[in-house]
Amino acid sequence: MEITLSHYLVVAGALFTIGVFGIFVNRKNVIIILMSIELVLLSVNINLVAFSAFLQNLEGQVFAMLVLTVAAAEAAVGLAILVTYFRNRGGIAVEDINQMRG
Amino acid sequence: MLAGIAFYVLAATAIASAFAVIAARNPVHSVLFLILTFFTAAGLFVLLGAEFLAMLLIVVYVGAVAVLFLFVVMMLDVDFVELKQGFLAYMPVGALVALVLLSEISLVASAAMSADGAPIALAPAAPSEVTNAEAIGRVLYTDYVLVFQLAGVVLFVAMIGAIVLTLRHRPGVRKQNIAAQVGRKRSEGVELKDIRPGQGLS
Repeated sequence: MEITLSHYLVVAGALFTIGVFGIFVNRKNVIIILMSIELVLLSVNINLVAFSAFLQNLEGQVFAMLVLTVAAAEAAVGLAILVTYFRNRGGIAVEDINQMRG
Repeated sequence: MLAGIAFYVLAATAIASAFAVIAARNPVHSVLFLILTFFTAAGLFVLLGAEFLAMLLIVVYVGAVAVLFLFVVMMLDVDFVELKQGFLAYMPVGALVALVLLSEISLVASAAMSADGAPIALAPAAPSEVTNAEAIGRVLYTDYVLVFQLAGVVLFVAMIGAIVLTLRHRPGVRKQNIAAQVGRKRSEGVELKDIRPGQGLS
């Protein structure tokens, strides 16, 4: 029962799939969509760290840090947009979001 | 052996809580399950020997991002039951796509072999004198210093963007204006009236 690289890759793949599935089924709730994107980015991080550990190359962990940075920035900006949208429209229904077009 | 058990427990917890994130009725529960997912992922990172990244995951995700989510979920007064509608309607096509995606990814992932066809196993940790954090620092601050600074720029731009988006000047909000307070003169605030006895102020 030795844990190989494939085990980690399958776990990361499962998390990625759950993230994509979450975007599919929660089409109306933009907060859950943002969380699903976080899940997808987390699975990418697991992939990077797994390859970095198994191939003994630290650069994967450096790139995982960068993914972490981008994920944090994305969450901050996305939630800021969400708050502004809620303030202007009184709801967060994603269907009406195309009315933001100028 | 122990590492194997830990891996399976952590992996099962991560996948189950990730599913709970997207399936929970209450978004607050979703955020809490998201925190659990990040925690277990940090455990997986520790198993992989990436301690620094594991701690970073807890600090950044659990400490900042998840709390931000929690703030927003609790601050917005949204009827989440209504938003949950359509879950079952989108379920079949979503499940189909997820199934195909998962089987493809698993197929590719289980084919990850080394050059001689053996599954890649984690090499026993070489006894090194540097910790994981120090090793990352040696790479990050030398070869990837430009990327590191660009990450700082990304965070800076995101910070400015979030502030610009959420800052607003509401008209009609009373604020203290110290210059106006100090610059007030006696003649503007006080009026002397000569009141005759028996008549009041008209």
